[in-house]
Amino acid sequence: MNFWQKLAGCILLLVVCLSLAAGWLAPAGYAYQDRENAGAPPSHQHWLGTDDLGRDRFARILYGTRISLLLAPAAALISTLLAAMIGGFAGYAGGIWQRAATAITDLFLSLPWLFLLIAVRALMPLNISPLESVTVTFSLLGLLGWTAAARVLCAAGASLRDSDFVCQARASGVRNSRLFWIHVLPNMAPVLLAQFWISIPVFILSEANLGILGLGVAEPLPSWGSLLRELEGMISIGDEPWKLAPLALLVVVVTCFQIVLSNQQEVAA
Amino acid sequence: MTRCQNFSFRVLLGAALGLSAAISALAQGGGQLRFCLHTEPKTFDPLQVEDDASVSIRYLTGGVLIRVNRQTQALEPELAESWKVSKDARQITFKLRSGVRFSDGSPFTAEDVAFTMQRLMDPALHSPTGDAFRTGSGKVQTRITSPTQMTIVFPAPVAGLDRMFDQVAIVSSHAFRQESAVNGPFLGPFVVAEYKPGSSVLLRRNAYYWKTDAQGRKLPYLDSILLDIQPNRDIEMLHFRRGEDELINALDSDYFDKLASMSPELVHDAGASLDSEQMWFNQVAKAPIPDYKKAWFRSTAFRRAISEAINREDLCRVVFHGHAQPALGPFSPANKFWFDSKLKPQTYMPDAALKSLQAEGFHLDNGTLKDSHGNDVAFSLITNAGNKYREGMAVLIQQDLQKIGVHVNVVTLDFPSLIERMTQTFDYEAILLGLTNVDLDPNAEMNVWLSSAENHQWNPQQKTPETAWEAEIDRLMRAQASASDPRKRKEYFDRVQEIVVEQQPFIFLINKDALSASSSLVKGENPVILHPQTFWNAERLTIAKAN
Amino acid sequence: MATLVWRIARHGVIMLTIVLLGGFLSATFMRLAPGFDVDEREMDPHLNAASIQAVREEHTQNRNIVRYYAQSLAKALHGDLGTSISLGQPVAALLKERLPLTLRLVALGLGMGWAAALALAMSAACVRLVSYDVASTLLSGLFLCIPAAVLALLSVLWNLPGALAIALIVFPRVYRYARNLLSKAYSLPHVTTARCKGLGELRILFWHVIPVAGPQLLALAGVSVSMAVSAAIPIEALCGLPGVGQLAWQAALSRDLPLLTSIGVLITLVTLLANSSTDVIGQAMGSQKA
Repeated sequence: MNFWQKLAGCILLLVVCLSLAAGWLAPAGYAYQDRENAGAPPSHQHWLGTDDLGRDRFARILYGTRISLLLAPAAALISTLLAAMIGGFAGYAGGIWQRAATAITDLFLSLPWLFLLIAVRALMPLNISPLESVTVTFSLLGLLGWTAAARVLCAAGASLRDSDFVCQARASGVRNSRLFWIHVLPNMAPVLLAQFWISIPVFILSEANLGILGLGVAEPLPSWGSLLRELEGMISIGDEPWKLAPLALLVVVVTCFQIVLSNQQEVAA
Repeated sequence: MTRCQNFSFRVLLGAALGLSAAISALAQGGGQLRFCLHTEPKTFDPLQVEDDASVSIRYLTGGVLIRVNRQTQALEPELAESWKVSKDARQITFKLRSGVRFSDGSPFTAEDVAFTMQRLMDPALHSPTGDAFRTGSGKVQTRITSPTQMTIVFPAPVAGLDRMFDQVAIVSSHAFRQESAVNGPFLGPFVVAEYKPGSSVLLRRNAYYWKTDAQGRKLPYLDSILLDIQPNRDIEMLHFRRGEDELINALDSDYFDKLASMSPELVHDAGASLDSEQMWFNQVAKAPIPDYKKAWFRSTAFRRAISEAINREDLCRVVFHGHAQPALGPFSPANKFWFDSKLKPQTYMPDAALKSLQAEGFHLDNGTLKDSHGNDVAFSLITNAGNKYREGMAVLIQQDLQKIGVHVNVVTLDFPSLIERMTQTFDYEAILLGLTNVDLDPNAEMNVWLSSAENHQWNPQQKTPETAWEAEIDRLMRAQASASDPRKRKEYFDRVQEIVVEQQPFIFLINKDALSASSSLVKGENPVILHPQTFWNAERLTIAKAN
Repeated sequence: MATLVWRIARHGVIMLTIVLLGGFLSATFMRLAPGFDVDEREMDPHLNAASIQAVREEHTQNRNIVRYYAQSLAKALHGDLGTSISLGQPVAALLKERLPLTLRLVALGLGMGWAAALALAMSAACVRLVSYDVASTLLSGLFLCIPAAVLALLSVLWNLPGALAIALIVFPRVYRYARNLLSKAYSLPHVTTARCKGLGELRILFWHVIPVAGPQLLALAGVSVSMAVSAAIPIEALCGLPGVGQLAWQAALSRDLPLLTSIGVLITLVTLLANSSTDVIGQAMGSQKA
């Protein structure tokens, strides 16, 4: 592990610790409205200023980090595993399996899932707590987000199918299922990992976009997605750079993940 | 064109010529005015118009018999030189202006008015403008006594009959076909010259327009108007700042403040508009919500207590940055004639609200309000997703009500889902929405206040009024609709407004201010609260050349 | 040659099935979504009961989704794609007006995105300098983190073409995969051998690296088309570009079934064409190699 990876790891750890210490660092909480100081610039009282309703931006970022850092990777894990199972297996098995999987992924890629999500939100009771609704949203995103990765993994599986070591293993009588789990899947690790890390910001951002349709995190609970919606009034960003804090944190966290990962990829390879 | 150039240009003009001289000097100028429509116009047929974009196009291209002056709110003769409404409010006689021509050069006659009315009142057309005239069953008769004289007879009295002609753009009896509605012909100051779907509508001056200014020059002054179809408010704002657009209508309060901080002379706050934001509880008997909640929602004391516990001043100050006024009742004070001046502002009194709830059997238990059966008082408040201001209001209300122990769950739904819950399944507890009001007359809201109506949102389509106060509102609304004396009508409607404030079926929250912006190049603009705020006098607007 | 024709024919049949199924499922999803048979016009207090009923009936015609789909398919065979409910114009005319803009946007965006990603990935794989690799990873990571909506707004703010926003969305995603695939290919024993034998970098790249990474890069190309197409929807909506993406957004918000079914079929078709053509080329390449 080189210096940069150590640094990235430390930053990630710091972010996680800060978000866990949110209750202590920002005792006012994410929902308290200081209405006399709505839209205020950073001050001693509010380190990153307040949002339009007078809520402390720093507190909202800390609490939002908890939710997004927990749920987005969970969704990414679900989708990557599904992609590995479906895409990787179909690619490895080849023939009719591969064709069927390709057809299904193509179909999945082109369907308007938005309507399914809207239908699911409509089926959820109105009095469901904000935390439950955001968990449902992220799980759905995870279940629906496997398709793009599956195509790539299908190709990866197919290339492994004809590789020498798989032929050798097959010749020496290794069972197919064992071959897939022990030899093929680990060799797809670099692509899988890349897919996993790519998915995390994608899910965070999808949640932000769904928020506009009422499917994201419900008020007053914050998430990175809902915090990013503050960027909608972009015209004023130059005057109020502190509004960029959630975006900056997102970039820092995802980048740190990538730096730490580049090490693991080399290990896996 | 930069702001700096704009500024020096204005200083020069002001110094050298004075404002009035500048206007007349520029009056010959012509030029193109540009601004945005926020949605695609759904129709160019002036008789089928219902969306904002089509209303704007109809205003600029349509010729009407009578116009409501957007500034004074009084009626003014347009294509009709004079008119007379019969005592029973069933017929109206027009003396039409002679020598007026359509944009294709053909003459305007009483035939065209008769054709327009027949087509408008065709039940198969389902025109919102036509439906407003339909107070009784039977056909509308038109009697033409001379090419410039005619009478329209309605089967039943129509209250505020003359005012409604402000919405009726006269179409040509010889050239009008629905599919060619884009091509007119038109009687208004402008004609539709080009329509690029999704992109823009180009209006050009109508060479045959009948009006002239005090100096006898032909109106309109402008050569053309380019309407950009632009749903994104950020882009509209950017276009305006870059000098690519000259007007912004219905400006958001955020953008208003941003523009005001840079160039305060470009923005205009005309004060409270007619639009209101309100919340209401579901009082539908068959609604799929628990009975104990229905009992709260149907209790006047509960609704009044909730209304008292909402801090409207904060809604205006925090959410709208001061560009809104606490709502007093169904009609905004901006509606000069119909607003009931006896109504008093609802003061924020959480303690009094809690006391009156306790008198009704509710009690506080560990910071949570409970009803007499021990149920926690909690409800969900739905609003449409993507509307920042409504979401902000909902979150503020959530915290206000928390102070009296009421838990509110804010839910944002996309608009079609919300409408389905509101009008078909009735599966909701409370809704926060707004009402865009373009009409001044209460008759336009018959479908809201009558208990049998579809848009009687808190409890629509009642066979017989379920409460005494709704029965009273029904009676008063019908009485005002059939009375011809405006003062009598006002008396009836004042009482309706008072009942609504007493009973709080709609908890009126705020009236948004009418905010607009206009470039310093536009001369003669005088933004008002009524639609269309900035271009109501489009025919008299001029645009200074940028160089 | 015959096998290639047979493959293309088989792909054609599968594609048609998927496209038809895609259109049907799109319509079904929309039918199931709440608010399907309501209309904003119902809220207009001017409309009387009869008119509101008429508005509702416009929607109830399409209630039986199987019948609706069968009818619209039959009509589509005669070149009639129906009339949009929300815009009141023929769907075919709407698509014809708006398709060129979207195609241009997507093609330009894809071209720029791929060019940037491949240039960076190849140079990173060739140069094999840790700092260069980290810098390029960070650059792509930065764009990966910026939401499509923000990219769209930035492009408006700085008066940049919408295609650039699409390119910036495609670029980091393609770069990620391409870099991994290329570095994996570069670490293969035969490349090391080639390098030891003193082969030039370009020759190694085109003779020994690209053929190995080729099939997966092609699969990625297919995926990137659907990536660009789906990115076009928010970008067109936010930048106010009158393309099919903006139309799709409006159709979704107003539950415009005829319009959305056609757009659904169109998007499925584009996705499939992109993926299938890359598959066919990939397989052809594979068989040639064999």
